[in-house]
Amino acid sequence: MHSPASLAAPWWRRIVSQVGRSTLGAGRAFGDVKTWRSLVLVQMRRLGVDSLPIAVFIAVFTGIVLALLSSYIFTGAVPLYFVGALVGKTIMMELGPVLTGMALAGRVGASIAAELGSMRVTEQVDALETLGYEAPSYLVVPRVLAATLMFPVITAFAVAVGVISGWITAINLLDLTSQEFVKGLQEFYRFKDLWFGLLKSASFGAAVALMGCLMGLDAKGGAEGVGAATTRAVVWGCQSILVLDAFWALVLL
Amino acid sequence: MIELKNVHKRFGKNEILKGLDLTVPDLENTVIIGYSGTGKSVLLKCIVGLLRPEEGTIAVDHRIVADLDRDELADLRGRVGYVFQFAALFDSMTVEENILLALRRRGLPEAEMHERVREALDMVRMSGTELKYPAELSGGMRKRVGLARAMALRPAHILYDEPTTGLDPVTSAVMDQLMIRTRDLGVTGVVVTHDMKSAFAVADRLAMLYEGTIRQVGTVDEMRNSDDPIVRQFIEGRPEPEATT
Repeated sequence: MHSPASLAAPWWRRIVSQVGRSTLGAGRAFGDVKTWRSLVLVQMRRLGVDSLPIAVFIAVFTGIVLALLSSYIFTGAVPLYFVGALVGKTIMMELGPVLTGMALAGRVGASIAAELGSMRVTEQVDALETLGYEAPSYLVVPRVLAATLMFPVITAFAVAVGVISGWITAINLLDLTSQEFVKGLQEFYRFKDLWFGLLKSASFGAAVALMGCLMGLDAKGGAEGVGAATTRAVVWGCQSILVLDAFWALVLL
Repeated sequence: MIELKNVHKRFGKNEILKGLDLTVPDLENTVIIGYSGTGKSVLLKCIVGLLRPEEGTIAVDHRIVADLDRDELADLRGRVGYVFQFAALFDSMTVEENILLALRRRGLPEAEMHERVREALDMVRMSGTELKYPAELSGGMRKRVGLARAMALRPAHILYDEPTTGLDPVTSAVMDQLMIRTRDLGVTGVVVTHDMKSAFAVADRLAMLYEGTIRQVGTVDEMRNSDDPIVRQFIEGRPEPEATT
């Protein structure tokens, strides 16, 4: 409840108070295991498995372009087997997680915001609460957990497909053998390349789902409000990915 | 009993409820009438804790809603059913799943839950629709399922938000019958409506909400014979208040 006194409080105190309330609310929602336990698997299928085709589609073309681009840059400058290194490292550490994250911000973030926004404006969220459920436990936690767990899985598929597509491009369109491509891939590979990309993608999943939930639950009015919430979810989801990408690069590289 | 004392509710600078006082006695249907946008639905949402008033107290069965913790509020919501204006059924679930969702929260045995679903649907004459989705139902059928969902919890009170709005006259009469029957089963009803035919049919008492406060409370006869020009204008549905002599 906002008392007139709290509204008159300085802005920083209101922010601290809001952050405190949100943290407590999030803690309570995650603690309500009984409510969200059975819903996570359903969301993992909806948000994860169903998103696989778009992630694979993007990865195929990313692999092709990276192989051609690196060959264009390296020809006459460095040995061509570096194509394998560039394709592998770039896809594992950056393009795999980020492009998959961006695509899923569109697909997953928009779908969550549209679904929860429609529920909000048709009073289904209120109905849920009158039945004794809390919206954060029932609607937000399963989606955030599912996206956090499934984004790395989809990213892993995308990385594999991207590298394979780069390899196929290299041996068919460039003056490169399989052995040379694999040599480049292996020589510069570090285990960190893989976990760095997958850790990033887990954080992207959490951010995209959270933005979708927050914007959806904040939807007002009718169809126009749901549309606006969906747009905001995608924009904020993409921006969060870019900010987190820079954050992880600063912290872990 | 539901008691509201000096309730104020604002949205930004717009004050909707301005010190509202109202007592809803047990085992009666209290109908709140008033113009569209006067805060009737806001009032219902405050009673069940979906909205929090800035000032004043709301007590349900002598428990002050604002003082309840999370578990107590969930318990209160089990005792206060809510029938939404457009039913608010979960469209990804069948009729049966909609009602079961309410019951699962209460941790009842599976057999009892299914028995309650059957009973509740039977009461609103919607047996046989268990496997249908809300999109396959008409507006009136959805409202009846909404009532069944609320009734399955066996509440002590039910709040009805515009239960007959948008329904044809026959379906409206069916909803009226159901609200009377529910009261006769021992459930206190708070009905928000501006459908005067329905209001007179189901009300034990009527209260008119006007400019954020209760303008007048009384029985159907008292309200019909009210001297207040605002009340008379609303009840009689005239475009201008009655000229005073």
